Amino acid sequence: MTDSTDINQTRRDLLIGGALSATAAALPLGCAHGAESGAATPAPVTAKVALRVNGQRRELELDTRTTLLDMLREHLHLTGTKKGCDQGQCGACTVIVDGRRINACLSLAVMHEGAEVTTIEGLGTPDKLHPLQAAFVKHDGYQCGYCTPGQICSAVAALDEIRRGVPSHVSADLNAQPLLSPAELRERMSGNICRCGAYSNIIDAITEVAGGKA
Amino acid sequence: MKAFTYQRAGTPAEAAAAAAQHPGARFIAGGTNLLDLMKLEIETPPHVVDVNGLELDKIEPMPDGGLRVGALVRNTDLAADLRVRRDYAVLARALLAGASAQLRNKATTAGNLLQRTRCPYFYDTNMACNKRKPGSGCAAIGGYTRQLAIVGHSDACIATHPSDMAVAMQLLDAGVETVRPDGTARTIPIADFYRLPGTTPHIENTLTSGELITAVTLPQPLKGRHYYHKVRDRSSYAFALVSVAAVVRPDGVGRVALGGVAHRPWRVPAAESRMPQGAKAVTDELLAGARTTADNAFKVPLVQRTLAAVLADARKA
Repeated sequence: MTDSTDINQTRRDLLIGGALSATAAALPLGCAHGAESGAATPAPVTAKVALRVNGQRRELELDTRTTLLDMLREHLHLTGTKKGCDQGQCGACTVIVDGRRINACLSLAVMHEGAEVTTIEGLGTPDKLHPLQAAFVKHDGYQCGYCTPGQICSAVAALDEIRRGVPSHVSADLNAQPLLSPAELRERMSGNICRCGAYSNIIDAITEVAGGKA
Repeated sequence: MKAFTYQRAGTPAEAAAAAAQHPGARFIAGGTNLLDLMKLEIETPPHVVDVNGLELDKIEPMPDGGLRVGALVRNTDLAADLRVRRDYAVLARALLAGASAQLRNKATTAGNLLQRTRCPYFYDTNMACNKRKPGSGCAAIGGYTRQLAIVGHSDACIATHPSDMAVAMQLLDAGVETVRPDGTARTIPIADFYRLPGTTPHIENTLTSGELITAVTLPQPLKGRHYYHKVRDRSSYAFALVSVAAVVRPDGVGRVALGGVAHRPWRVPAAESRMPQGAKAVTDELLAGARTTADNAFKVPLVQRTLAAVLADARKA
């Protein structure tokens, strides 16, 4: 029975443990401090940043190279936001910053002084789901779930953009209030890739929350 | 990514001076293109000047009836501005045809103008690229060229400019307002802003060292129907194979500019004088001297057909 804790170790624990031991093997300690390594491996340049994440004030001192995505996942341990391509193509890292959706992978953490960041963890909880979270469950808007936090953050902001009258590539009339049609939603969600292909169910989920017919 | 020092600039002149003090420094605004290239170590600035605090984020009317668009106006906001939607629809359409909503929320007016090429040989650091490493050669020539330039290119580089917005700016005769490290300001007509590759494809525009774009000016609106037709491999979130920006009056007179065909947005005044004669006459003039490959020869008829669709629609109006 003493083995049960080992057996119950989660996949995430294993991955973290594996990554840590690999890093430890690859990086001599001196490198991290830049002491004995000389000019070839200078100490990382750091900068301070203070911002609010899901309503909580956070102050960090980070390597200037740290992306907003890595800040959330590696420093604040908010692992709901996912790293897919890390180059702005897949949308898995979508978060809402000052009311707008962005790719957290293509932004430096230090550029967000004073910002208000909302991640999937800030939208709802297992006991109190955000309406879009509930709709994704109801409509099976995912299979593996990896893209889902980005899809949901993106959908929350997309509906807000439609409410504010922001036009899209498929809006027939640039000066009219955009429709809540599937064509509009597909265009507005094109920055979020779903490798499992749950697109039609994702559009159904968003349509229901937007008040249209799914 | 290479380590870099980081600074938040307080004024445009301070930003330009900071860039001049640190050779190789880069300005960062949206970061959507620069950070991507920094991760691949195609861009390796030792110093990064954050210009997001410069308050260059307004769209203001100008005395001549045009608009001044601040360098930091986000692509989403420029496309959604009521004056732009009403009076510069070609620009709103071009912006909305580009990238994804997430990227448009971050990407700025000036940053969009300064986008680097999406040539796959520029991105692949194992390949020779005169733009990435001057003098190293061009692996794209003789390589896979479906996306690449058909006109205005050289033996050193066949890359295309990726921006949709810049094609509309070219059509509209925009002006690029800048400030230099010594504090002097100037306006560069967009016709003089982009360079053809020649023997120095790594020099993409006429900005000087440390020069910062502060705004883009749009002359008074053009009468006629505004079009931005973008043809691409999927219907959203892809770079253009070809794109046609046009403003056409009911009598067929108008302007036209192309994207996806050259190292810069492509506009030929002589071609515009032939617009009432139809798409073939215009395309013959626009793409005179084109040098295509087996992979990208399709772009010539694609330009003509896309333009024909635009002109046919304009006649219906």
